[in-house]
Amino acid sequence: MKFILIFLILAFAIVAPLIWTTDYWHHLMVLAAIYAIVALGLNFTLGLTGQLSLAQAAFWGIGAYTSALLTVRHELSFWIGLPAAAAVSALFGILLGFPSFKLSGHYLAMTTIGFGIIVRLVLQNETDLTGGADGIAGIPAPTLLGFDIDDNRKFYYFALGFLILLSIVALRVQHSRAGRAFQAIRENEMAASATGVNINRYKLIAFMFSALYAGIAGSLYAHSAGYISPDTFSFDQSVIFLVMLVLGGSGSVYGTLLGAILITFLPEWLRFLKSYYMAVYGAGVLLMMIFLPTGMWGLLEMIHERIIGKPVEVIPPLDRPGEPRKAELSVGAKK
Amino acid sequence: MLKVKDIETYYGSIQALKGISLEVNEGEVVTLLGSNGAGKSTTLKTISGLLRPVRGTIEFMGERIDHLKPEVIVQKGIAHVPEGRKIFPGLTVRDNLMLGASGRVKLSKAQIAEEAEQMLELFPALKPFADKLGWTLSGGQQQMLAIARGLMARPKLLLLDEPSLGLAPVLVQEVFHIIRDINTRGTTILLVEQNAFMALKVAHRGYVMETGKIVLHDLATNLLNNEQVKRAYLGTTKAARRQVVG
Repeated sequence: MKFILIFLILAFAIVAPLIWTTDYWHHLMVLAAIYAIVALGLNFTLGLTGQLSLAQAAFWGIGAYTSALLTVRHELSFWIGLPAAAAVSALFGILLGFPSFKLSGHYLAMTTIGFGIIVRLVLQNETDLTGGADGIAGIPAPTLLGFDIDDNRKFYYFALGFLILLSIVALRVQHSRAGRAFQAIRENEMAASATGVNINRYKLIAFMFSALYAGIAGSLYAHSAGYISPDTFSFDQSVIFLVMLVLGGSGSVYGTLLGAILITFLPEWLRFLKSYYMAVYGAGVLLMMIFLPTGMWGLLEMIHERIIGKPVEVIPPLDRPGEPRKAELSVGAKK
Repeated sequence: MLKVKDIETYYGSIQALKGISLEVNEGEVVTLLGSNGAGKSTTLKTISGLLRPVRGTIEFMGERIDHLKPEVIVQKGIAHVPEGRKIFPGLTVRDNLMLGASGRVKLSKAQIAEEAEQMLELFPALKPFADKLGWTLSGGQQQMLAIARGLMARPKLLLLDEPSLGLAPVLVQEVFHIIRDINTRGTTILLVEQNAFMALKVAHRGYVMETGKIVLHDLATNLLNNEQVKRAYLGTTKAARRQVVG
């Protein structure tokens, strides 16, 4: 059942560019795939580990600039730019993980916002290094096995490949020892510590994964757009990533993907609203937060359970009559 | 096995422990009694590394552990089942158990899963709920899960903080039955309890704490008949005692 569903979704993702054939829609599909990768990264910190990070756009930018600078200034291949972007971004991710040892909640959020602003200011003002407000133009399209991936339709399939691969990795991590440790930290730090989870180490790992994903997505973005400038990697964009995650279903890989796709296409679907768009969008997000705290994915899971008619299980009390109980052996009480 | 010597622990500027010394020998059940705020939980947290003592030493199997991190102390063989259960509510019972083995890094994923299965066999009350989320369990089941999670670390010494708190009398009995059972299988236990009568029934020795100090130390059987302990923790009348036994 689950596999049929995944297969159908994959099939749809593959034929989608043949249904919506304009270049503009292909461009949106590329963006959706890239945003989904960034959001998957945020799922490691916020979704699984419960660390509120608002620097995701900054990591995305670090990845984009690393890859762009290596390929434009040093004329290296995309296939060097991409891993370099991932590595540099991950390194900054680890650095930003250190404050999370002592800070939590909104204090940590403030720190990550500060980091994001610093990154943006550096991108904007270190003109010699980053090209300043003019950005970097002429970023080459990647080549794969001799093929140039030089239009949006081709790039969509290219990015989709990365998205599928990284989704599988995310699912594997979630169900690994590390994934359990992440969630234990989110649920109760003190209990996780008492249970033997090395909290600081796993926080760093979560931040590393988060930035790694953003770095890869940044590189893909730079090479699909061909031009990047500091404005793209703003705090606003970090908030959009946050909305994708929370609206889709924080903590769930499928929910995160759903949220990223939804938020990417929503402006198109709401275009008929013209200037009321932002108001409707904001109200929609607000209502979702109030009535669907588990996000779209939580809603779908609920509907799924209703449809297949799995009754909500009432957990029976420990002592059912007629069942022999250990406690009847009684401790100490002499009679 | 465990030697705690003159430890003093502070919460900020407030001194919670004013020189606690106690010993736990291998194979024993030792209980730590005292009213609210006496420092029982603080003592356990200091032993398991969640709090750092300002002064004093803690030795475990002949090795100083008072400046090690909690996760390292778990690896040395001390598991702490914290007060109020503190299970992971959003994770399944099985995941909760598997997290108990976090410190045993050499274990493969399959081995951990295997041990979680075995633990479910030992706690039949949990077995039907293996794939249910932690928060859906009742208080008694959560306590079983917290103890089982602690045991997943394969500890030499198990620290139990108020395992009977908030449980119905019949469940209190079950929990103490499990404690005795764990001890006979070879795990040493340091037990903090408000339910002094039950604790002294299961323990070999007991310490009584008052406002950060140990005021009494004796064999459990002696403490049960100690007038001071009776007055403070057991209630003096037979009727009251019967109520505790259930």
